Amino acid sequence: MKLSGAQILVKCLEEEKVEAIFGYPGGAVLDIYDALYDSPLKHYLVRHEQGAAHAADGYARATGRPGVCIATSGPGATNLVTGLATAYMDSIPLVAFTGQVATHLLGRDSFQEADIYGITLPITKHNFLVKDVKDLARVIKEAFHLATTGRPGPVLIDIPKDVSQKKAKFDYPEVPRLRGYRPVLDGHPEKISEAAAAIAEARRPVIYAGGGVISSGASEELRQLAELCVIPVTTTLMGKGAFPENHPLSLGMLGMHGTKYANYAVSECDLLIAIGARFDDRVTGRIDAFAPKARIIHIDIDPAEIGKNVRVDIPIVGDVKRVLQQLLKRVQAGMETEWHAKIREWKEKYPLKYEQNGKIKPQFVVEQIYEVTKGEAIITTEVGQNQMWAAQFYTFTKPRTFISSGGLGTMGYGLPAAIGAQIGRPGETVFDIAGDGSIQMNIQELATAVAYKLPIKVAILNNNYLGMVRQWQEIFYNGRLAYTDISGPDFVKLAEAYGAVGMRVTEPKDVRRALEEAMQVKDRPVLIDFIIDREENVFPMVPPGGAINEMLEG
Amino acid sequence: MRHTLTVLVENNPGVLARVAGLFSRRGYNIDSLAVGRTENPTISRMTIVVEGDDKVIEQVSKQLNKLIDVIKVSDITAEEHVDRELVLIKVNADPSVRGEIMQIVEIFRARIVDIGRKTLTIEATGDEGKINAIIESLKPFRIRELVRTGKIAMLRGSRFTTVENGDEGKENNKDEY
Repeated sequence: MKLSGAQILVKCLEEEKVEAIFGYPGGAVLDIYDALYDSPLKHYLVRHEQGAAHAADGYARATGRPGVCIATSGPGATNLVTGLATAYMDSIPLVAFTGQVATHLLGRDSFQEADIYGITLPITKHNFLVKDVKDLARVIKEAFHLATTGRPGPVLIDIPKDVSQKKAKFDYPEVPRLRGYRPVLDGHPEKISEAAAAIAEARRPVIYAGGGVISSGASEELRQLAELCVIPVTTTLMGKGAFPENHPLSLGMLGMHGTKYANYAVSECDLLIAIGARFDDRVTGRIDAFAPKARIIHIDIDPAEIGKNVRVDIPIVGDVKRVLQQLLKRVQAGMETEWHAKIREWKEKYPLKYEQNGKIKPQFVVEQIYEVTKGEAIITTEVGQNQMWAAQFYTFTKPRTFISSGGLGTMGYGLPAAIGAQIGRPGETVFDIAGDGSIQMNIQELATAVAYKLPIKVAILNNNYLGMVRQWQEIFYNGRLAYTDISGPDFVKLAEAYGAVGMRVTEPKDVRRALEEAMQVKDRPVLIDFIIDREENVFPMVPPGGAINEMLEG
Repeated sequence: MRHTLTVLVENNPGVLARVAGLFSRRGYNIDSLAVGRTENPTISRMTIVVEGDDKVIEQVSKQLNKLIDVIKVSDITAEEHVDRELVLIKVNADPSVRGEIMQIVEIFRARIVDIGRKTLTIEATGDEGKINAIIESLKPFRIRELVRTGKIAMLRGSRFTTVENGDEGKENNKDEY
């Protein structure tokens, strides 16, 4: 039996056991939506295509399964772009479908035509323009395969309208053979031995773990390695939750707004074991002063990451989980040494801290969220100070519980990501820790959350500033606050207008009560507007271009 | 230092845009790029000459390898290989100087492929040095137009950069770790 391209697409999504599609209909995807109408597939209608991409991304990060989104041609497709770039930078598996003008109209500046294939070349792992319906099923199979294997990432499939209308025989292929795509999964045995020897010799080792540990599902192996060899672990922003932060070996996050003790440990270590991390500039600070005394082992699935930013002594290309399993068979048990005593001393001497002054401190709000949720919530963030305070003051113990735009730093990410996370994990409490600036970038998605009765909580740390930019202006631009004093709507009324619960908290003593009240709401989103100390800054801080052990303090 | 990379790619529309975009995006300097179909109609071969130190070339190769449409990347700079460029030169040629120009053409084993009332069009193939030399020799007559291909290259002897059945390759490139 022959099916239309649109029906083939729907069949493929069913074959891939897709549970949630985030999308927005339009002219070029009318046939696809018509086919979806008859399908048991669950489609979530967002209010802006950017919300669809971020929701699919949040879904993927929370569940480990690929996120799926759909948009129409032209503006629908270009609205996905920021979401795709966000997912690309953080290696998140997405499959995005866009409608396109019919093949005979391609290249003629037709109505709602945009070359989304060309536009997304540099921000997708791979992309396709399907010109023949006979190729569609194969392309979709390849797209899911590419998105979810190797180093994960977003894949876009552009489907001209006539391709979704034309018919072809449906035959869902097996795992495709792509001669240009063969991720190396097992570490090279010689390099594993070298790494094991280096670990045995090291006197001051540190593990630096990134998002690759989470995407590979290797948290358990990481914990085993750290405990067996007694190696302290610092994580990147993307690696939060890969290693329990309440573990005695945890150093918390490193880098620009990392803990002092993590940055000191990295600066003093004689062996740095980078696992699923990519030496981003926000992590390394001044590159020649990063881990200057250390030999470096770098474990990563992407060979192009090895040696990209720093010289590596022992490179191991492979899937983090499998490499760690290989390594665990070769390493010997370690023990506590002076190094651990030194780190304990740093931890006691330089804890993350803030001072109460009668106003609501954002750090206090984050700590209270931690307590009210018993540390078990899924936290999404926007981008800026809110993101860093969430990272610093919520103790993450499990993978896939911290969901944040790390690489691209996309404001407006947190709310739609929270929607995706809540849909993917309906039993969990999902909190979006937000700023008053970035929440306004995708605030329209409150309507989506209300429509699907999602009990997500949005905690706005409201300082009426674009706070992180203001902080830089204060410290590096002589306090010239150029256009960072931003106003917002009455967020309580806005929440109510959307059909959500709105609350405002202006006193520290009311923070806890408001959060507890929010936890009781199960049938709609809750937005809490915390009016915080306006001038609060994120510390410690490595100034741009500085060495990570030279941190500014408040 | 300049490196010659020979890159096997899927013969898909868009593959040239992917490769060219990669170079401009990551700030690598392309000296020349030549692309054409191979003996296998589903595979094209690109010969890319790129400027950079070893670290840059390593990154270029790895980033190229990361493209799904790239099947195999070989840096043949240090290996024995034949490389060629082709140039067409239209040069001013009054009857009084034609003899001299034809002598130059002879010396470089080039060919005259077209003749106009006041011009000659010359075709030359050779490695970069030879092409540069013939251009220099013809400059005094005033070159009116010049078109030059990028370099194409092939290993000498019975060694290949092709993939067996078009199907192995990428993994071997990554074997070093």
